[in-house]
Amino acid sequence: MNRQIVHLFALFTLLFGLLVAFTSRWTVLEAESLEQNSANRRTLLAEQRVPRGMILARDGTRLATSERIGAGESTRFQRAYPAGSLFSHPIGYSFVQRGQAGLEKSKNDDLTGDRNEFTSIVDQLSGGSQQGDDLVTTLDPKAQRTAVQGLGGRKGAVVAIEPETGRVRVMVSVPQFDPNDVPERYGQLNSDVANAPLLNRATQGRYPPGSTMKVVTAAAAIDSGRFKPDSVLDGGSPREIGGAPLENFGGQDYGSITLTEALTNSVNTVWGQVGERLGKATMYEYMQRFGFNREPPLDYPAEQVTPSGVFARGRLLDEDAGVDIGRVAIGQERLQVAPLQMAMVAATIANDGTLMEPRLADRVVARDGRLRERFEPARATEVLKPQTARQVGQMMANVVKEGSGTAAALEGIPVAGKTGTAEVDGRTSNQAWFVAFAPVERPRMAIAVTVERTQGFGGTVAAPIAKRVLQDLL
Amino acid sequence: MSERARELFGLLPVTLLVTAGFTAVLLSRTANVDTVTVSYGAFFLACCLFAHLFIRARLPAADPYLFPLAALLAAFGLVMIYRIDTDLARDQAQWFVVGLALFCATVLFLRDHRTLERYRYVIAAAGIALLLMPRLPLVGTQVNGAFLAVNLGPVVFQPAEFAKLAIMIFLASYLNDTRDVLVRGRFPRVSLKHLGPLLLIWGAAMFMLVFIKDLGSSLMFFGGFLALLYVATQRISFVLIGIAMFFAGATFFARTVTHVQERIDIWLDPFAPGVVDKAGYQIAQSIFAQADGGLFGRGLGESLVELPGGGRILPAAENDLIYALIADELGLFGAAALLLAYLLLVARGFKTALVASDGFSKLLATGLTAVFALQVFVIVGGVTRVIPLTGVTLPFISYGGSSIVANFVLLALLMIVSDSARRGPERSTPLR
Repeated sequence: MNRQIVHLFALFTLLFGLLVAFTSRWTVLEAESLEQNSANRRTLLAEQRVPRGMILARDGTRLATSERIGAGESTRFQRAYPAGSLFSHPIGYSFVQRGQAGLEKSKNDDLTGDRNEFTSIVDQLSGGSQQGDDLVTTLDPKAQRTAVQGLGGRKGAVVAIEPETGRVRVMVSVPQFDPNDVPERYGQLNSDVANAPLLNRATQGRYPPGSTMKVVTAAAAIDSGRFKPDSVLDGGSPREIGGAPLENFGGQDYGSITLTEALTNSVNTVWGQVGERLGKATMYEYMQRFGFNREPPLDYPAEQVTPSGVFARGRLLDEDAGVDIGRVAIGQERLQVAPLQMAMVAATIANDGTLMEPRLADRVVARDGRLRERFEPARATEVLKPQTARQVGQMMANVVKEGSGTAAALEGIPVAGKTGTAEVDGRTSNQAWFVAFAPVERPRMAIAVTVERTQGFGGTVAAPIAKRVLQDLL
Repeated sequence: MSERARELFGLLPVTLLVTAGFTAVLLSRTANVDTVTVSYGAFFLACCLFAHLFIRARLPAADPYLFPLAALLAAFGLVMIYRIDTDLARDQAQWFVVGLALFCATVLFLRDHRTLERYRYVIAAAGIALLLMPRLPLVGTQVNGAFLAVNLGPVVFQPAEFAKLAIMIFLASYLNDTRDVLVRGRFPRVSLKHLGPLLLIWGAAMFMLVFIKDLGSSLMFFGGFLALLYVATQRISFVLIGIAMFFAGATFFARTVTHVQERIDIWLDPFAPGVVDKAGYQIAQSIFAQADGGLFGRGLGESLVELPGGGRILPAAENDLIYALIADELGLFGAAALLLAYLLLVARGFKTALVASDGFSKLLATGLTAVFALQVFVIVGGVTRVIPLTGVTLPFISYGGSSIVANFVLLALLMIVSDSARRGPERSTPLR
């Protein structure tokens, strides 16, 4: 009998081993895929129990905070946005019922303090429970407010970037929404197709760039060595471009004219010729370097940014598709750009031809004030030779000094810029643009402003907004 | 060191566990630390100390590890239940006291376990009656589709917990008598009379499967029976025939009885759409809770049990699914340590069977230990999806009076067998 009893014990040892094996399977081996299972609400519910870190403006203003609801074991935290609608788009929102958007989404791991298995064990051993870290952004409340006031309820967007570091100091998209309303009014906000308040026009908007594109064309022309600022071309109107006649604004004939003068007066026929002479390959090469045709490297959710380029039926055309490159060069054809892209163009010219990755997050700080991570400036692309950048910058300075952009002139501070006015809705209204940087020597700020469906022009509608925002930032 | 001194030392880790466990749970809810809750630990230890002194007086030679291991499990169960609901923990603490009282009563009134042999048919009848009770009108109560409980006014109890003791006592006695026939008989000569009990128990297991609708208990009883049959006859062939019969019967009824088939479908794919939030909700949440635990667990009191809007995310966290909660809070290490504690208790049970000198004592200790181990396997196996999930309790840990009281009686029987075996040969005659 004893032998059988020992056998029996061996059998139970095996069976218990099987239990340990299956427990390992669920707790460790397959844990990750189980956590991803859509029927598993634990992750979402658990995140609600962790006080999310705050999101702060660069001056320390609280843009997003966590509010405690309930007590004891049913304690949970809900987001509150003290700044209301002012930072609705760059900050976004985070609610269990509605998901996340903006920085709340792209920096979720930092905000929930979800780092890795090891640190959470250390937290457990040291008695601390998981806690979110604070995120300090690069955003500037005063200039942000000025930009919103400048748009004055008109749909549009403003993006301001520090050229040397890529820090995004202003990101405004109008109409805004109050993120505090998202839990109750999400359906309404999401279905408002006419105003699309949830759309971040600064990063997702696709607009015809109009003449602001001539900055890219000028940079390509000079950097490729094919043209100089004082190269002379025929500014007659109309001229045959891409097999169809192209006119200057108001049909004006400028005769023989230098590139500098052609930028100052935004002469379509000259830049159309430049585009055609450079050819599609060169134009696309430089557009690519400036960041076109791919998603911008912003620390922002991938589904909330759009690439800029030539679109057909909502889809980005690749390089092999047939395009009228002469009209692309003056911002027509089916070219569509996001305001962020145009701010990146201005920032590249301002930063001696080097494009920095645009950043909304500056650093992550623990609750006790310790610095967890600083997001150092990173170069994205060497777009232009420094000399080219300075020459294009001087050409842009002329635009503000004596051309179409005089409305952006600041007292005592030389500004370089370029206006743009694209006809939309069957030529009944305009997409007004202004891209700029200042000061011309040693630039500290680059900006792109656009206003949808206005009767005004880039120089009259967009440039004054850029002026006011630059005034705040310099 | 004497047996009882070892037992006393064995209670030391229990002390530590209760103290550390309650402290951890209390720390996790800093809001309401009060002295009442701290006194739980002290009260529990006083009870254990009393039981120890009682054992010292009545069962001086009994195995010194059985009681501390049971106390460890019970203490662990109290901490986990306290962590879920303080009111439930108060109930459970009361049942723990009742269990200890019954433990002492069993030891007092059953001086020699061999007297049980004389009443084996009475005990068998009582066991079968207990199993049938949940199906009786007026007192029978259905729990989760299975007839598991009996409602006697203020007390609801699960008769299967006690029936398992009665059936094991009967089988140990019966097989002790008939095993010679079963062992010596060649197959043609083993008549229906000898195979009768096998068929009878098989019939009872099938009956439980279909009418009591309790796959878990059915598996437990039949498994315990096969274990005893193997040890008594020393023939693996009986066991294989038994297993084949059980599977044949279970498969047949799985095809014909819908609730059995449904259980098996849920087991095979609990995450299927339409299942995961309905019939498969329990097992799916059990597995999600374990996945949440990881290697080291969330820590006592740190896992998600309450939903923000009220209600629980883990159903039956205090009884059927308590193992999932343990894996969630203490991780793979904690859960494995718990299983190791069970295995140690099982090892001491079988050790008792090994040192016992007469056939009945050996079979009784084996049967009780096997049914205890099977119960752990059935519920933990169900929670971890090794087998279909069925509602049996995790011995000494799950919330529930029947479970803890019945298991303390089981422990008393084991310790009585152990005491008489270890006292020496003057009280028993050698078997071989």
